[in-house]
Amino acid sequence: MELPQVLGEPIRFILNWGRKYSLWVFNFGLACCAIEFIAASMGRHDFMRLGVIPFAHGPRQADLMVVSGTVTDKMAPAIKRLYDQMPEPKYVISFGACSNCGGPYWDSYSVTKGVDQLIPVDVYVPGCPPRPEALLHGILTLQEKIAAERSGFGGVRKTAAELSAPPVPPPT
Amino acid sequence: MTREMTVGVGAGADHLDTTEMVLNIGPQHPSTHGVLRLKLKLDGERVTACEPVVGYMHRGAEKLFEVRDYRQILMLANRHDWLSAFCSELGVALAVERLMGIEVPERAVWLRTALAELNRVLNHLMFLGSYPLEIGAITPVFYAFREREVLQGVFEEAAGGRMHFMFNRIGGLKEEVPVGWTGRAREAIGLVRKRMPDIDKLITRNEIFLARTKGVGVLTPEKAVAYGVSGPVARASGVDFDLRRDEPYLAYGELKVPVVTRTAGDCHARFECLLEQVYVSLDLAEECLNRVDAISGPVNVRLPKVVKAPEGHTYAWTENPLGVNGYYLVSRGEKTPYRLKLRTASYSNVQALATLLEGCLVPDLVAVLGSMFFVVGDVDK
Repeated sequence: MELPQVLGEPIRFILNWGRKYSLWVFNFGLACCAIEFIAASMGRHDFMRLGVIPFAHGPRQADLMVVSGTVTDKMAPAIKRLYDQMPEPKYVISFGACSNCGGPYWDSYSVTKGVDQLIPVDVYVPGCPPRPEALLHGILTLQEKIAAERSGFGGVRKTAAELSAPPVPPPT
Repeated sequence: MTREMTVGVGAGADHLDTTEMVLNIGPQHPSTHGVLRLKLKLDGERVTACEPVVGYMHRGAEKLFEVRDYRQILMLANRHDWLSAFCSELGVALAVERLMGIEVPERAVWLRTALAELNRVLNHLMFLGSYPLEIGAITPVFYAFREREVLQGVFEEAAGGRMHFMFNRIGGLKEEVPVGWTGRAREAIGLVRKRMPDIDKLITRNEIFLARTKGVGVLTPEKAVAYGVSGPVARASGVDFDLRRDEPYLAYGELKVPVVTRTAGDCHARFECLLEQVYVSLDLAEECLNRVDAISGPVNVRLPKVVKAPEGHTYAWTENPLGVNGYYLVSRGEKTPYRLKLRTASYSNVQALATLLEGCLVPDLVAVLGSMFFVVGDVDK
């Protein structure tokens, strides 16, 4: 739904404020990075204080998907499918070198070179695996991005093209 | 022959009572802690057949080994089993060193042994936390991660990494540990040992935990051996086999390694094995650190500019935290191995699942699955 002009800036601020501090997260834990994701949710780093809630029962209840780990070609359809199940507005953090670009498996025959070939990514967190602090920074970056959104009740409208990036052609 | 049937209002019990259902669990499911997929055939709530489908985490590490320099291989070797990174890189280093005939300095050997045992504790703590979590007890995982952070601090000070340490090198270790590191490591070990009873008391005699795990998923020693199951899972079934004692590598020959075994072979025995192994490993690590203090000297050897293993083949195996890991290295005298085959512990352990799950209930499935202690990256390589 387009935000009517009459609602104006204060309402937009409140909507974004609500969105950025209740990010129910769906952890797509795939590999090593998932352990650091869990470490970030534990006592020492505790991302719940940033409003990230790791108790989403599944993708249908989640606002944020954290893809942590190596995306393989066999896994790719499942990721796309679960992303499609998430309700709008939805955000994606790509956590770790593997899901950013393939990482140390850049020349592997079975690894997808980056999850952004399948779904649009909002924040990339570099590292192999990134430290929990890096994830916290990634979350803060995402929250800044959400705060600046020109969004309405249903989030920022995205076209079909924006929701699924075209596959990257192999280098010739 | 399959018969298509539409079950609607008024279908009646006579249509439903014998219908078998195929249930797909995974590849992304919280109870599989990773991306293992199980195809279950259910009769009501009872599992009649189970087929584990692996390969969702297949990253082609073995093929990549063949295009990496021997020193670069370690970087990929520690990533397939991400919970025991140090032990995995160690296995490759041992194989390459044996083929090249490199003598590792004594100080490096003892440091490696100490770090391998600490890595074992790190690995086991993860499962001691995640296993109760899977069957409904949330608190232990917080305690487990508190201890993990303490030990990760020790590793971080020496190696700079929290998970993938890359502290092994062909011929020794990356560098000398910082001044006073052994003392701080001993303090950390003392702290963890003091606080382990927090997890222990909370969970091992917990009534709900006992009800979920006692007598569930019994793995007989014959089955364990037949499937090549090893490590704590096999020892919980009474298979008294531990490479650290039976075919010592590193400095284990000079240590007295107590082998933790149970005979019940159920989920609870597997959990107990893991828990007791933590105490044993802490003791071993401390003993190694004491020896490290008494030995001075280099921790690595000078390598030639181009590392080439001579033509030949060797098989090194190590007792990784999850079981026996084997490394079959074939060299044709080039800069890269001709073939480096991995025998991973989790892969064999997961194979036994198919027999364990037959006849159990769906809620028990989660308990059995969690108690097999596997890492999906180690299954799929």
